[in-house]
Amino acid sequence: MSQIIVITSGKGGVGKTTSAAAISSSLALRGLKTVVIDFDIGLRNLDLIMGCERRVVYDFVNVINGEASLNQALIKDKNVPTLYILPASQTRDKEALTIEGVEKVLNELSQRFEFIVCDSPAGIENGALMAMYFADHAIIVTNPEISSVRDSDRILGILASKSKRAIENRAPIQEHLLITRYNPERAEKSDMLSVTDVTDILAIPLLGVIPESHTVLKASNTGIPVVLDEQSDAGFAYRDAVARFLGDDVPMRFVTTQRKGILSRLWGRTKEDSLS
Amino acid sequence: MSIFSYLKQREHTSSIAKERLQIIISHERSQRHTPDYLPQLQEEILNVISKYVSINRNQVVVSLDRTGDCSVLELNVTMPDLSAERN
Repeated sequence: MSQIIVITSGKGGVGKTTSAAAISSSLALRGLKTVVIDFDIGLRNLDLIMGCERRVVYDFVNVINGEASLNQALIKDKNVPTLYILPASQTRDKEALTIEGVEKVLNELSQRFEFIVCDSPAGIENGALMAMYFADHAIIVTNPEISSVRDSDRILGILASKSKRAIENRAPIQEHLLITRYNPERAEKSDMLSVTDVTDILAIPLLGVIPESHTVLKASNTGIPVVLDEQSDAGFAYRDAVARFLGDDVPMRFVTTQRKGILSRLWGRTKEDSLS
Repeated sequence: MSIFSYLKQREHTSSIAKERLQIIISHERSQRHTPDYLPQLQEEILNVISKYVSINRNQVVVSLDRTGDCSVLELNVTMPDLSAERN
């Protein structure tokens, strides 16, 4: 039986799709059979982030409606052998997703994959509800910024009341907090909510902290998930988060500033600064 | 630039953000557990009462209070002055 993970946030633009691409790639890099599904019907973008936009023929809604088989719609990832992508439909409306339809596809996928990663659309409409409905785990992507934190709390409330596990009174969805676009320097100057501030408020276990990094834009520009960039701090942070998800004890990185040495202070701009 | 304005610039806005969030989120969490039927319940009770006495909307208040694992549904109806009506 496979595990279903929803990547959700409520607010848009916080890095759900980037995180879904990074987390699914990272699971697959460990040899785990993984599929990542785009639930953002009408606004598909996971295909771009995964770099397979030109290979989309059939989509999630085609499979639900029986217009294509799962094998026809699944796209094999070009970078990691055990990873597949199920793209969203670009033409239909969000109401195309039904509980019965989604369940049918998830059941079929769970025969073949160990992890099913669901990339939720923003908001609390049907697409977002469908993405979370069958989940065993929820990764809540949150920026250290007030509107994102508030929306994350709202999503936690919805997970606790509208998911299948909640409705059937089973063990609740396991919640994991993923803080993205974190800037330790600004947090230390108290210009930005710190990791502790966010965990104090949301009160769910912290899975990882992804630093704000120019390598994330580079990854989306090229369509290669950031975990495949051997030089990326954000990539390391995602891989650490996935290791923690699988039960490894990995210390948090990139949450404190590195004291600049006297030489680099005199030199002024570091290599990192000049790149960003 | 005076020293004062320099200090003012270094205001720690993250603590303001945290405080505002704690207030709004605790408020929203308390609302989260109120059932969806409360407004309709209030409406129907209002209709029943108005069959017998003339009463307006804001004279009926329905509220749900939670203390621990026990919920109290409180119904508050302000009746019009009956003795005045009889005369």
